[in-house]
Amino acid sequence: MPAPAATSAPGRVFAAKGLGVEIAGNVVARDLDLEFRPGEYWGILGPNGVGKTTLLRHLAGLAPPRTGAVTLDDRPLGAWPRRLLARHLGMLQQHTAYVFDASVLQVALTGRHPWLGPWRREGPEDYALARAALARVDLASLEQRTVTSLSGGEARRLAFAALLVQSPEVLLLDEPTNHLDFRHQVRIMRAIGDLVYREGRVALAALHDVNLAATYCSHVLLLFGDGKWAAGKATEWLTAERLEQLYQCPVTSVDTPEGRRFHPAFGVDPDASRNAS
Amino acid sequence: MRHPAPGTLLALLGLLCIACLVLATAVGSVAHSPAEWWQALTHPGSREGELLWRLRIPRAAAAFTVGAMLAVSGCLMQVLLRNPLADPYILGVSGGSALFALLGMSLGVAVALVPVLALAGALVSILIVFGLARGSGPWSGTRLLLTGVVTASGWGALISLVLATGPDNSLRGMLFWLMGDLSYARLPGWSLGVLVLVFAGVMAMARSLNVLGMGETTARLLGESTRHLLWGIYFLASLLTATAVSVAGSIGFVGLIVPHLMRLLVGSDHRVLVPAATLFGGAFLVLSDTLARTVIAPRQLPVGVITALLGVPLFLALLNRARLRPQTP
Repeated sequence: MPAPAATSAPGRVFAAKGLGVEIAGNVVARDLDLEFRPGEYWGILGPNGVGKTTLLRHLAGLAPPRTGAVTLDDRPLGAWPRRLLARHLGMLQQHTAYVFDASVLQVALTGRHPWLGPWRREGPEDYALARAALARVDLASLEQRTVTSLSGGEARRLAFAALLVQSPEVLLLDEPTNHLDFRHQVRIMRAIGDLVYREGRVALAALHDVNLAATYCSHVLLLFGDGKWAAGKATEWLTAERLEQLYQCPVTSVDTPEGRRFHPAFGVDPDASRNAS
Repeated sequence: MRHPAPGTLLALLGLLCIACLVLATAVGSVAHSPAEWWQALTHPGSREGELLWRLRIPRAAAAFTVGAMLAVSGCLMQVLLRNPLADPYILGVSGGSALFALLGMSLGVAVALVPVLALAGALVSILIVFGLARGSGPWSGTRLLLTGVVTASGWGALISLVLATGPDNSLRGMLFWLMGDLSYARLPGWSLGVLVLVFAGVMAMARSLNVLGMGETTARLLGESTRHLLWGIYFLASLLTATAVSVAGSIGFVGLIVPHLMRLLVGSDHRVLVPAATLFGGAFLVLSDTLARTVIAPRQLPVGVITALLGVPLFLALLNRARLRPQTP
C-alpha cells in the first residue's frame, strides 16, 4: 500500500521515560525506560490481567502517566495537539462496538480523519487508500456491507484496515490477532511486519500467542506483575525458562524448521509444579 | 447498504418542504384555490393577503423552525449518548422549561413573558446538569445520562405539584407547555438565527460526529479533543431544544423519529444526515400542524397530539422492519 503523500518520513523517536503505570492500585510497570526505534516490532507479553491494555492506553496518550512520560520526538504526548499526534501515532483497540450503521468503506475512510480539515470531503485518493487497505485485509468484496452485520473476525480486520489508512509511524496494537483464523493471523502479522521492517515504522503489540511473537517480533517487553518488567531482543528473551517464570506454568520448547516454538506442558498441573520448585 | 445519492435526496427533501409549506398556507378554516392563494401571496394588503401573511405564514415558519431544531437536536443527543433512542428532552431541558413557564402562569405573569421564562428554565436545567455531570474525571456518558434523566424526573415531580395546586382555569394553557402547541406560536427573529448558527457549527464538525459515533476512545485516537467536542455538542443540542421549547412547548417525537427515519434513508454520515433531518424535521412538523388545525376545524388540536399519533405507529413499524430485515443485504 502506498503511504499517503502527506506522511512525513518515518524515523520518529518514540520512548517511555521513567514511566509509571497503575490501574486501580495495581502497579503495571514501574520506571519503564525504553526507546522504541523505527524498524522495531515489539511484542508485549504477560499473564491475564497484568495490564497490557492499560500500558498500551498510556503509550497512546489516552491516560496520563502516574510518573514519567511517554514522548514522541522528545515531546510528551500530552503536549502534542491531538489531531497532529493522530497522524503519527495510532492504536488498534481490543474491542470496537458499532452503535450506528455505516458501510465498511465509510469506516475504513475514518482513518483519513486526522489528515483532512473540517470542511474537506474525502477525495478519490482517500478512497483509493481505503480500498487498498480493505484489499490488504481481504475485505474488498464487503465494502458496501454494514458494519453491524460483520463477524467478530471481519470487524477486527476492518479496524486494522482503518489503522492502515491512518498510516501512523507508531502503531500500537491490542491483541491484533484476536478472533482471527490462521490465514488472517498470518496476514495481519505479516502486514505489521512489512510496515515495520520495510517501511521503517515501529509497532508495539500486546500478544497472547508466544509463537506469533517468536515468529514476527524483533523485541519483547515482558510484564511480570507488581510493576516488574524485562525487555530485549526476542531471540534472547523468549526461552522456556523465562516463559515459565512469566506465566507461572511449565513450558516446553520445540525446535522446528521455522525456529523455536513453545507450548505449555499440557500434562502438568501448573500449581503442582510451582509447589515442587 | 447502498443509499441513494445524497444530492438527489436532499433536493427531494427540499421539494417536500416547499410542498408542505405551500399546503400549510393554503388550507385551513378558509381554504384557497391555487389562484386565490397566489393572489393572496402577492397582495399582502388585501384581506386574504393579511390572513396569509399575518397568521398562516408566521405559524408555518414557526413550525418549520421548531421541527428542524428538534430534529437536529435529536441527531446530536443520539451521538452524544451513543444511543439511537435518545431524544432532545432526555436530559431534562424541556422539564425545566415547562416548570418555569407553568410557575409563571400560575403566578399570573404577563403572557408575553412566559416564553422568556421557559427559555430561562431550560437554561437553568442545562447548567444544573452540566455542573453536576461534569465532575473532574474523564468524560462519562453514563454520568451525564443519569444526571439528566434524574433531573428530568425531578422537574416532572415539580410540574405535577404545580398542576395539582394551580388554578383550574389555567389548565388548558398549561397543557400547551406539556404537549406542545403552535396555536399561539410566534417565531422570534433571533430563534431563526440560532438555528442557522448552530446548523453551521454542526456541519463544521459533522465528520467529527461520525468518528464520535464509533466511540469516544476511537475519536480521540483519530485526533479529536473529545472533552471539548462532547460538551460543545451538549450545549448546541440544549440550545436548540431550549429555543424550540420556548416557542412551542415540548412537542414530542419529532426529535426521536426524524433522525431515525433519516438514518434509514441516508445512512449515518452526519454531513448528509444533519441537512436531511433539518429539512424533514421542518416538513414533518409543518404537516403535523396543518393536520392539527384542520382535522376537527374550526377547533384545533395541540400539535404534540398529532406528532405522537403519527410517530408512535411509524416508530413501531420501523422497529419491526429492522427486526425482520435480513442481516446480509
